[in-house]
Amino acid sequence: MTAAEILAQAAFKDGKYSQAFPAFGVERRGAPVQAFTRIADEKIRTRAQIYEPDIIIVQDSTLLTVVNVFAGLKPTGTAIINTGKTPAELGIKHPAKVRTVDATKVALDTLGRPITNTTMLGAVSGATGVVSIDSIVAVVRERFSGKLAENNEKAVREAFRLIGGGK
Amino acid sequence: MSKVTGKKVVIEGSLAVAEAVKYCRPNVISAYPITPQTHIVEDLAQMVADGELKAEFVNTESEFAAASVVFGASTAGARTYTATTSQGLFLMFEVLYNIAGSRLPIVLTCANRAVSAPISIWNDQQDSLAVRDAGWIQVFCEDAQEIHDFQPIAFKVAEDPKVRLPFMTMLDGFVNTHTYEQLELMDPALVDQYLPTYKPVVRLDPAHPMTFGALAMPDVYHEIRYMLNRALMGSAPIYAKAVKEFNETFGRDYTPFLEEYRSEDADVIMMSMGSLCGTIKDAVDELRKEGLKVGLVKLRMHRPLPKAAIRKAMDRASVVAVVEKDISLGLEGIIATDVRATFAGHDGPNVLSYIAGLGGRDVTVPHLKAIMKEAATWKGKESPDEPFWVGLKRDIIPEV
Amino acid sequence: MAEKLTDGAVVKPASTHVNKTGAWRSMRPVVDLEKCVKCYICIDLCPEGAISALPEKRGVQVDYDYCKGCGICSSECPQKAYTMVPEEK
Repeated sequence: MTAAEILAQAAFKDGKYSQAFPAFGVERRGAPVQAFTRIADEKIRTRAQIYEPDIIIVQDSTLLTVVNVFAGLKPTGTAIINTGKTPAELGIKHPAKVRTVDATKVALDTLGRPITNTTMLGAVSGATGVVSIDSIVAVVRERFSGKLAENNEKAVREAFRLIGGGK
Repeated sequence: MSKVTGKKVVIEGSLAVAEAVKYCRPNVISAYPITPQTHIVEDLAQMVADGELKAEFVNTESEFAAASVVFGASTAGARTYTATTSQGLFLMFEVLYNIAGSRLPIVLTCANRAVSAPISIWNDQQDSLAVRDAGWIQVFCEDAQEIHDFQPIAFKVAEDPKVRLPFMTMLDGFVNTHTYEQLELMDPALVDQYLPTYKPVVRLDPAHPMTFGALAMPDVYHEIRYMLNRALMGSAPIYAKAVKEFNETFGRDYTPFLEEYRSEDADVIMMSMGSLCGTIKDAVDELRKEGLKVGLVKLRMHRPLPKAAIRKAMDRASVVAVVEKDISLGLEGIIATDVRATFAGHDGPNVLSYIAGLGGRDVTVPHLKAIMKEAATWKGKESPDEPFWVGLKRDIIPEV
Repeated sequence: MAEKLTDGAVVKPASTHVNKTGAWRSMRPVVDLEKCVKCYICIDLCPEGAISALPEKRGVQVDYDYCKGCGICSSECPQKAYTMVPEEK
C-alpha cells in the first residue's frame, strides 16, 4: 500500500489527480497484497475497482507462479517486475511490455534491507514516465529523514537508471 | 464569491474526517473502534495524545457505552463527537433515539458498512439507513472533500437553537475511509469563524438543576414527538443556509439537498447516494457520448427528506432508476420507497428500484450503463413490486 | 456446476483443515528445549491448542500451521524458554 500511496503523492506533486487504495479487507501474512493507484489529469470520480490496469508492479516475483498477476493488464500496458532475471528468462507470454529490475539487489546495496517498495517506484518512473522521478524523490525525502532519506533516494534513482529512465 | 484556497493534500479519507473534526474543536470524543471506522478514531486519539486537539477522549468497552458517554457529555453542554459503523451503530440503537428525543446536537460519522448476518466488513449503506427514523439529520457524502467539509456544517446546524438535533454524516467504508485522494483542507481559522463555540440552550448544571429525558404520559408524548419532527423538518432551511454560508466562507459550491449532474434534460435519471455517485458520473458521460439523455441526481440530505427538491430535480424525467447499496427487506430499496413517496399524488417519473453493491460488491461503469439502458425500456410501464438486483450471481443461488 | 450457497451462510465445520490460520502470524514463538522443564503450562494456556508435548519427555513443539503468534506461551513460560521472533516477510 505504501508504494501505491507514494505513487499517488508523486502524481499529486506532478500536478495530477490521484487515488490510491488497498485491496480492502483483513490482512494476512503470506497472502498476496494488492494495492491500486489511479492517476489522471482531471478529477477522478469513479470508485470502482481496477480491472484493466495500464501498469502492474510486481514486487515479489515468486507471485508469478502463485497468482495471475497479468490478469486484465492492457495489451498496451507495462509490467514492471522485481527480479534478477530477464523478461525472456521469466518466460512471460503477454503482449504488454515486460520490464525487469533487480530492486531487491538495489535495496540491499543501498538500504541494507530487501525493502523494495520505494525502489520499485524509481523503476516505474523510468519505465513508464507515469510519474516524474523528481516527484518520487521529493515524496521519499519528505517521508524519511537523515541517512534513510538519502539511501532511499539513492535506491530510487538507481532503479530508475537501471531500467533505462531518462533516455 | 472569492475563492479561498486552503492547503491541498493527498490523504486518506479517514484522516480527512479527523482533521475536520479537530478544527471543529469538540470537547468530548467517545468512540469504540470498528472496521472500517478505526482510522478515524485512531487519528483523533493520536491528535489528542499529541496535544493537537484539546478534547477529552473517552475509551469505552462498547459502542453502547460510547454513545452513552457522548449523550451524557452533551447534556452537560459539551460539543461532542463519535464515529461508528454497522454493528457498532446498531449497538447504539436505543441511545440514538434517546439522543434525538433529548434534542442533543451530537455529531456522528458513520463509515457505511454492511450488516450481519452474514458477517461483512465491506461497504454498503444498510447500516445508516436502518436508523433513518431515529430523528437524526442524515447527510451522505461522496468523497474526501465532502466528508471533510460537512463536519463544521454538521456541528453548526445541530447546535442551532432552532434545531438542537443530532447530525449524522456518512462516507462509504473502505471506499472512502481507506482511499487516498486529493482534497483541500479547510483553514482552521476560518472554521473558528464559521463555527462559534457551542452555546447550549439547556444543559445539566448543578446550580440550575434540570431533568433530561423525563417520562411523558400519553397526554403529552404525542406532542413532544410532533415537536421533534417539526424541528427535524425545520432544520432543512437552516441547513441550506449553513451550506450557503459555508460556500461563501470556504469557496465551495455545494447544493444542500441534492446535486444534479446532467439531469436537467435527462429522460432517464439515476439516483444514488455516496461514493457510487462518482462512478455514476463517469457512466453518465459515456452514455451521453452515445447519444442517450441520462443524468444523475445525487441525494445529499436524506433526513429530513427534501421532497420538494427531489420533485423539482426529477419531475421532467420519464424514468428514475434508484441505485442503492441497501434494501428494506420485504420491500425494496429504501431511497426508492422515499422517491415513490415523494411523487405520490404528483405527476412524475416511473420509479425503479435497483439493489447494488451489498457487502462491498463492486459496482462498475458497465453495470451502471446497463441499468440506465434497461431503465429506459420501462418508460410508461408499471414498475414491478420487487426490486432489481444488480450483478446477481444466479449460478450460486440454490433453487427455492 | 458452481457450488450453491446456503441460507444464512451456514457452513460445514472444520474449515481449519483447509485454512491454516498460522498465516496470520507476524511473530513466531521459538522454544529452547534446553531450558524447557516440561511443565506444559504453555500447552495448557495456548488458546489455539497449537502446542503439543514431544515424545519421551523431550519438551514441547509448536504447530506453526496454526500458531497465531499471540505470545502467551512466551509470556507465561516460567523458564523463559521461548523467544518471539519476527516472521520473514
